[in-house]
Amino acid sequence: MIIVNENKVTDSEKIREILESSKPNRLIYVRNLKKYFFLRRGLLETLKRKPPKSVKAVDDITFDIKPLETFGLAGESGCGKTTTGKVLIRLYEPTGGMIIYKPREETLDKLTNTGNINIEKYDGYVDILSVPRNHFSYLRRELQMIFQDPYGALNPRMRIKEILEEPLVIHNLVDSAEERLDRVIRALEEVRLIPPEDFLDRFPHMLSGGQRQRVCIARALIMGARFIVADEPVSMIDVSLRAELLNLMMDLKKRHNLTYLFITHDLAVARYLCDRIAIMYLGKIIEMGDADDLIDNPLHPYTKALISAIPEPDPENRKRMRVVPIKGEVPSAVSIPSGCRFHPRCVVLDEHPELQEKCLKKEPPLIEIKPDRYVACWYVMKS
Amino acid sequence: MVLLRVDGLKTYFFTYRGVVKAVDNVSFTLEKGETLGLAGESGCGKSTTAYSIMKLIPPPGRIVDGKILLDDKLNLVEMSESEIRFKVRWKRISMVFQGAMNALNPVYTIGHQLCEALTFHADMTKEEALERCKKLLTMVGLEPDIVKRYPHELSGGMKQRVFIAMALVLSPDIIICDEPTTALDVVVQAQILNLLKELQQKMGMSIIIISHDLGVIAELSDKIAVMYAGKIAELGPAEKILLEPAHPYTKGLISSIPRLTKKVEITWIPGLPPDLINPPEGCRFHPRCPQAMDICKREEPPTVKLSPDHEVMCWLYG
Repeated sequence: MIIVNENKVTDSEKIREILESSKPNRLIYVRNLKKYFFLRRGLLETLKRKPPKSVKAVDDITFDIKPLETFGLAGESGCGKTTTGKVLIRLYEPTGGMIIYKPREETLDKLTNTGNINIEKYDGYVDILSVPRNHFSYLRRELQMIFQDPYGALNPRMRIKEILEEPLVIHNLVDSAEERLDRVIRALEEVRLIPPEDFLDRFPHMLSGGQRQRVCIARALIMGARFIVADEPVSMIDVSLRAELLNLMMDLKKRHNLTYLFITHDLAVARYLCDRIAIMYLGKIIEMGDADDLIDNPLHPYTKALISAIPEPDPENRKRMRVVPIKGEVPSAVSIPSGCRFHPRCVVLDEHPELQEKCLKKEPPLIEIKPDRYVACWYVMKS
Repeated sequence: MVLLRVDGLKTYFFTYRGVVKAVDNVSFTLEKGETLGLAGESGCGKSTTAYSIMKLIPPPGRIVDGKILLDDKLNLVEMSESEIRFKVRWKRISMVFQGAMNALNPVYTIGHQLCEALTFHADMTKEEALERCKKLLTMVGLEPDIVKRYPHELSGGMKQRVFIAMALVLSPDIIICDEPTTALDVVVQAQILNLLKELQQKMGMSIIIISHDLGVIAELSDKIAVMYAGKIAELGPAEKILLEPAHPYTKGLISSIPRLTKKVEITWIPGLPPDLINPPEGCRFHPRCPQAMDICKREEPPTVKLSPDHEVMCWLYG
C-alpha cells in the first residue's frame, strides 16, 4: 500500500521555484520549516473546544547547507536545535515546510524505480517530505544521525558486531555473513577502534564514552552516509578526549565526502569545527554566517550576549565581573513573545526606545545584510 | 591564615571488584577568602575530595588516612558524626551539590526547605528564619516572595540560586561548589559565577570550586589544583597553571580546549584515564604522557616545589 502524505502535497513546480530563487548548488534547501508539538488540553479546554496549545520548537526557519561543509547550529537548551536536526532527516514529521535534498544519483534512481509512487523531484533534487515513509529507507542510508548520549544510543544487550551489522541486515545491503563481518571490521578501522577484532564481541558497557561515540559514528557510516546530523557528539565526553573525536570526525568528512549538521551549545567548539554557524533562539534562526566572522563580529544582541557569556581559561577573568548584555530568562516556547521574540530580553531596545513600535509588533525577517551573512534584527537592519 | 588544611587525604572505596583509590594522598591548604579550583576529568577524585571534607562519603567508601584540619586544630577525620553535624557541617563548611537543581524536594515550598537548617541549627523561630531566608534570597538575586513557591515553578538558574542561598544560611566560612553550572546554559552560568564572585566580595568566605571546565575554574579561582587519577598532579596560582603549566597532563588539558576568541589548533591526550583499582605503576599518567621516561614507569614521582606556591608531581622536575 502506498501512503502519500496528504497534507504535504507539493509539486515539482514549487521545487523549481525555490531552486531558481535561491543560490545554486546547495546540498539541502530548508524552506519555512516548522515543527510544533501540540499539548494535551485539559477537560475544560476540551469542552470549550479550544484549539490545543503548541510548543513551537521550530518556527519557520529557512537555510541552505552547502555540500561538504560543516554547518553549525548553536543556541541554548530548548531553542529547537535538536528538533531541527531530527526533522531534517525526518526522524520527526514537520508541521510544515519543505526540505529539498539532492541525493546520490543511484539513490534517486532507486527511489523513482520503486513503483508508481509520486515523488516530487526536479533537477536531481527531491522534496524528502514527499517520499512515502515505506520508501524512505533509500534516503535513510544517506541521512544519518549521531546522538548526544553515547550511553543511551547503543543497545546494552547487543555486541558491537551486532550493533553494526543490524543496519546492513535491515537494509538488505549485504547477503553473506562474511562480507557483513568484513564491512563491520572496516567500519571499526575507519573510526580507529583498533584492532577491530578486540571490539567485535564486546558489549557497550565495556567501552568508554569516547569509544561508544566512535561506534555510533561507525554505525552512521556503515551504510554510506552522506549527510550526518551530529547532535552534541562531544558534550558527554571527557575534555581531554574531545579533541581526538572532533579530529576523527573531520578526517572522516574528508575521506568520505560527508556533510555535517553540527548541533552544539558550545560556540568555541562550533568555531573550531564549522564553516558556517546559525544561532537559534526560541525556534528561530536569528543570525547566520561564516563561523569566524560571526563570532568575531556578532551583530544580533542575543549573539553578542551569548558570546560574552562564555568563560575562557584566562586567569585575568576572575578579577572582574562578566558583563552579559541580556535581561531576564528564556520565555516558554508555548507563549512566544510578540514581534521580535527576543524583545523582552533585549538591551539594545532599552537604548533605542524609538524601535519599540517595530520590535514589539513585527517579527524581523532573516535578511542577508552582506554576502552570506544573515541577521534577523530591526536595529541591525536600520543601522 | 590557613582556614582548611588537607594533609595526605586518602579516601578509598571497598568494592567487590577491589579497592578503588578514589583520592590517594591529596594535600592542599585553603586560606581565608581564597578560592581554590579543583580541575580534572570525570573520575579523577574531585568530588570525592569534596565529599571527604564534608564527611559525607557513602559506604563502601571510607577515609582511610590523612588529616582535614579546620583552623589548624579541629581534625574533621577524627570527629564523630554528631560533632560534625553540630559544629562543622553547614555552620562552617557548606556545599552546593552537583545537579543541585534536582535535589530540591518537590512537595515542600522553597521557604520551608530553606528554613529547615535555620530552625535546626540557629535556634530561630519560624518567623525569624523566614525573615532571614527572604534576606538571603534577595542577596542571591531572587524575589523574596519566592519562599511561597514550589521547586517546579522555578527555572534551573533560579533553583541554583536557591541552592546557593541554602549554602549561605548559616554564614559558613567555606563553600564547596561541585560543578555549580554544569547543567546550565552559558548565559545563566555567567550570572551564577558573577553571583559567587559578588557574594565572596561581600561576605569574604572561601570557596572551593570543582569543575571539569577550566574556563569556569578560571572565572573564580586564585589557585588551581589539577587532579589526575586520585592525585594532585599540579597545584599553583591560577596564572601559573593556566599560562605556564608545568605538568604534561595540565599542558595537554589546556591545549585540548577549543578557544572562542582565536582559532587555535587543539591537541588531545591519547589513551584513557586509568582504572583506579589497578592504577599503573610509577606515575599514574605515564601511559598517556608524551614525555614519559624510564623512571616514570617504575617509581612514583615526588612532589616538587617549583616556587613556594607552585608544586608539581612529575619526574621532569625531580
